[in-house]
Amino acid sequence: MLPELSRDEILRYSRHLLIPEVGLEGQRKLKNSSALIIGTGGLGSPVALYLAAAGIGRIGLVDYDTVDSSNLQRQVIHGTSTVGKLKVESARDKLLDLNPGIQVDVYNEPYTSENALRIAKDYDIILDGTDNFPTRYLTNDVAVFLGKPNVYASIYRFDGQVSVFYAKEGPCYRCLFPEPPPPGLVPSCAEGGVLGVLPGTIGTLQATEALKVLLGIGEPLIGKLLLYNALDMSFDFVKLKKNPNCRVCGPNADIKELIDYEAFCGVPSHDHEEGSAGANWDITAPELAERVKTNHLKLVDVREPHELEISKLPDAKNIPLGQLAARLSELDSAEEMVVFCKGGTRSARALELLVSAGFKKVKNLKGGINAWAKEVDQNLPIY
Amino acid sequence: MPVLRIPTPLRAYTNGQSEVNVNGSNISDALTDLTIQYPALKPHLFNEGGDLRPFVNLFVGENNIKDLQGVQTPIRDGEKIMLIPSIAGGRHCEGEARSNIPFCYEIASSPIPAPRNDGV
Repeated sequence: MLPELSRDEILRYSRHLLIPEVGLEGQRKLKNSSALIIGTGGLGSPVALYLAAAGIGRIGLVDYDTVDSSNLQRQVIHGTSTVGKLKVESARDKLLDLNPGIQVDVYNEPYTSENALRIAKDYDIILDGTDNFPTRYLTNDVAVFLGKPNVYASIYRFDGQVSVFYAKEGPCYRCLFPEPPPPGLVPSCAEGGVLGVLPGTIGTLQATEALKVLLGIGEPLIGKLLLYNALDMSFDFVKLKKNPNCRVCGPNADIKELIDYEAFCGVPSHDHEEGSAGANWDITAPELAERVKTNHLKLVDVREPHELEISKLPDAKNIPLGQLAARLSELDSAEEMVVFCKGGTRSARALELLVSAGFKKVKNLKGGINAWAKEVDQNLPIY
Repeated sequence: MPVLRIPTPLRAYTNGQSEVNVNGSNISDALTDLTIQYPALKPHLFNEGGDLRPFVNLFVGENNIKDLQGVQTPIRDGEKIMLIPSIAGGRHCEGEARSNIPFCYEIASSPIPAPRNDGV
């Protein structure tokens, strides 16, 4: 039995009620439905805003982060006034302001194998707005095990992908990507970054697919993957088939319960200690500031050249991480050396590379140039 | 000549080209030609044994070559081949000013070989 709409709700949703594909019954279906959104970041922002505006009766939000000003370039559900607040609370307040007639449940915790089934089991649909492989595989497997549709999206710089993975009716994420890239084959973090509007474009497509699935209208992207490129303004579609050898949704599936996804992907899914190469290899920004007063130290900046326009340390030699392996001859292994990047992650990889190439007198600036800007030279910007 | 579409994460290795014309009558030949034109792409597509990496998806038209004849899938003149990477993204790799993520694997390919394999 679908819930009735109040007089206020009929007015609020009148533009939906005027579309025959939605109509009064469709709007009552939406009121009766629930959606779980994993992540309230770039993708989660437009997804949550539009699903709330559309009148989804109950929305769940999972995130454990707090709002940072560097989020606001794309995470439009948050605002300057909510910097420092929990993301799920910042998002809930915005959603209830937009539509006080819905219920918003928040889960201020990382989405993990321990809590995911419990959190997801009472929702009709799951929307994947995660930013890392372990949580993506977890989100997929939870949806497969609970028999729920998983509206998938991911973004990178100018590229976006959208699909509806629904193992009952089509392939799952693992049918397309049976395993993540191995940890040894990782991209440089210098490759990061995203055009702020991109998650807006992709997230609204994700919300569109969720509404279609919940209303039972149109042709959802089940068995289809949408590939978007903002620079080319291209939309391409490819067909996805169920993989008969899929380990979670195939006929001979051998994964029957949630696994350790960090181990499976070989990477952590949640924030750990900030950019560190390990206690023996790190030097903190204040320690480095002391050392450079008395010792000659070679500073090697492994960031990309365009990042030097934001901040730089005097006398540092710039060799982007991607070029380091080919440019080792420019460095003297007898010299004491400190490698650094933005936050200490790329430089930890650089250190690993240098050490494996025989360099011994090398340290990693823990927390990168941002730590230096925070703790030593407040005139430098943090980015 | 078939056209191979390069996703953004790999355009760094094709001088920014979004599409590359390739010679060949099947996927295997086309990829060989692609990696001759842009050798830096090779480690992203193939493992040390010369096999296509399992997380590299190639589509001819709308269809995954895994659903066709794999790397032996024939291709015709003007046909579009798409390389589809697995993207995890959403947040910056290195985290943002406050929340650093020590590892982040946003694309299925590496700009540098793993140190133990680099042969430098």
